[in-house]
Amino acid sequence: MTSVLVHRVASAEIETLEIGPWRSALLERARGGLRPLTLYGRRDGEQVILTVVHQDGARLVASRTSVDPAHGYHELTSELPALHCFEREIHEQHGVRIAGHPWLKPIRFEGRDQAAMASYPFYRIDGKEVHEVAVGPIHAGVIEPGSFRFTCFGEHVLHLEIHLGYQHRGVEHRLLERDPRRLAPWIETLAGDTSVAHAWAYAAAMEALVDHEIDPEIELSRAVALEWERIAMHLAGLSGLAADIGFLPGASTYGRLRTTAINTSMRLCGSRFGRGAVRPAGSGITLDDDLTAVVRDSLAVLGRDTAIIDDCFLSARSVRHRLAGVGVLAPEVATQLGTVGMVARSAGIAIDARVPASGLYEHLPIQLCTEPGGDCWARARLRIAEIEASLDWLGRVMAEPHAWGPRRSTLPSLPPSQLAIAVVEGWRGEVVHCLETDPEGALVHYKAQDPSLRNWMGLAMAVRGNDISDFPICNKSFDLSYCGNDL
Amino acid sequence: MTMFKSLRVRLSQGKQFISDVRAAKPAGFRGLPRIAEGSCPEGCEACVAACPTGAMRLDPLSIDLGRCTFCNECVLACPESKIALTPEPRMGSVAREDLVITAGADARTRVRANAGFGKLFGRSLKMRQVSAGGCNGCELELNATANVNFDLQRYGIEWVASPRHADALVISGTLTRTMKEAVHLAWDAMPEPRFVVAVGACAISGGLYDGARGVERSFLDDVIPALYVPGCPPHPLTFVNAILDLLGVA
Repeated sequence: MTSVLVHRVASAEIETLEIGPWRSALLERARGGLRPLTLYGRRDGEQVILTVVHQDGARLVASRTSVDPAHGYHELTSELPALHCFEREIHEQHGVRIAGHPWLKPIRFEGRDQAAMASYPFYRIDGKEVHEVAVGPIHAGVIEPGSFRFTCFGEHVLHLEIHLGYQHRGVEHRLLERDPRRLAPWIETLAGDTSVAHAWAYAAAMEALVDHEIDPEIELSRAVALEWERIAMHLAGLSGLAADIGFLPGASTYGRLRTTAINTSMRLCGSRFGRGAVRPAGSGITLDDDLTAVVRDSLAVLGRDTAIIDDCFLSARSVRHRLAGVGVLAPEVATQLGTVGMVARSAGIAIDARVPASGLYEHLPIQLCTEPGGDCWARARLRIAEIEASLDWLGRVMAEPHAWGPRRSTLPSLPPSQLAIAVVEGWRGEVVHCLETDPEGALVHYKAQDPSLRNWMGLAMAVRGNDISDFPICNKSFDLSYCGNDL
Repeated sequence: MTMFKSLRVRLSQGKQFISDVRAAKPAGFRGLPRIAEGSCPEGCEACVAACPTGAMRLDPLSIDLGRCTFCNECVLACPESKIALTPEPRMGSVAREDLVITAGADARTRVRANAGFGKLFGRSLKMRQVSAGGCNGCELELNATANVNFDLQRYGIEWVASPRHADALVISGTLTRTMKEAVHLAWDAMPEPRFVVAVGACAISGGLYDGARGVERSFLDDVIPALYVPGCPPHPLTFVNAILDLLGVA
């Protein structure tokens, strides 16, 4: 039993329905409370094959249909808004006609240039006092590019349209141009601040494809790297949020504590970003007695000093006043939009791929954290709570002695006509990778999904009704990936 | 109440800055490669086959730091253990060709202080960062140069929000078709004298995404960087040292 959600199925055994019944089945599953994890298309001759993956407890269920792109099908987004980004992507990537879809805006303007992006017609609201503010693609900080168009009434934001694609490198296509067994360096950079989560999803899917049973100690080392990544990025986010509200003790202290966290990752695997930690059927993580002492020291420093700064941060009235009630994403909106990960959990939705526990998380369960508010304050509090939970979990792992060293094994060729899906809970949320091979065993599709794809719309909704000056803290509190969306 | 809590934070914080960034060696870091002297076994291409970015060349064995992602695959693949990645973070270069490392070449100075740069920017350097197809790894490490640990501001070197205030355009990422115009606009908005710094394997050579569908690198054909900072991502010390070396500071 693997510790992450993995499903492997022969392509011929995937439930395949006509478009009508497939649509009905999808709606039926939604009514039954099953959550769609992904929906994607793949060109197959004249047809486009659509695959939807649902999570049913600890089980993943795939279901398929085939459509003629010119004929297409009737949209599902109006009934299931959570599918909006997937239907937009299918339309953009494969030209599938999706009749009646309310908003087929490209997800990432694949294959287009900046002029095409600049001439895109944004939503408009007309009125004497209504004005627009255009921001980006280059922002005022050292961050990734993206564009935001605010429609405002005075300082008040009526609507925000998010315009992405500036980071589009062509990752999914590149993944099919290289040996599928050696994709880790690309996977680690498709969204480089969540390298471990993506690398683990890739490794788990590859191991499922070739029937490789992973050593439980290697899995545990991956889980350790994943929690260090979570701690580091939550600290980075809190530091940025504190800087954005001018709370300097938070900005500097969370920032230097992040240094401790990423330097610990560097001791374990040679990279402050966990690069090289995870390899299919292998590992790049070292842990001996000396390094165990280093890790325990880091845990002690982080445990002691996060408590001190958390207390200062959470009890400062200026912080609470600036964050509470700002950028509210109501639970029902968060659910409807299919938001995932920390954004969903900060709106009280208890979803986390590490729970229900399987594999190592059965013996070493990790605390599932939620916050009810859905505002910037809730997202900050959630990150503080998750840091504490991860530190506690790492403390339990490190209480036992472990000896880990770099391991490499050569993977066999991939089996023909198989689909493997793996889901890992990265610090932003669930990372979903779907890999499929053709009858010759060549990789024909690699769908790599970052949680950002689903959460960007949550940010757009959360900003409505706020002052435009609240946008930076809303954006920072969502902390979404641009390149993970643009791929 | 808050005052005491703030004081408690200050007490826990202590001194965090790295006092000597010129000598610091980050423990565990995979940095400057060292290639052992001596020839390779006849016909062995293990490292070339293992490298994801085509950074390895044979006869003589060399590593192009402008392509290297420091993934360690060549080290593990080499049957002769000829390659090692050392914790040395100082890897910057002013010339693209100097990024190619061969046996015994790791002691070479790749960034010589430039009196012109030193005179113009030695006391104050303002940098505008633009990410174009970066993965947020370089961006986070460049941000880290300004945190309390690395504290680049102590040398009068700062990140600024507007290209109009900037002396240097610091580019990360592989350069995408959809950012081509924005990068040009940022560069055109900068007053002279100005220069470009290419940060990370992606910006220097295209890295893992060289030749990928969304990539368009013509800007860097037109404007040759004055400084290259290798890494995937570069350690903040790699960046800080390269800049200080160029300016002849500290």
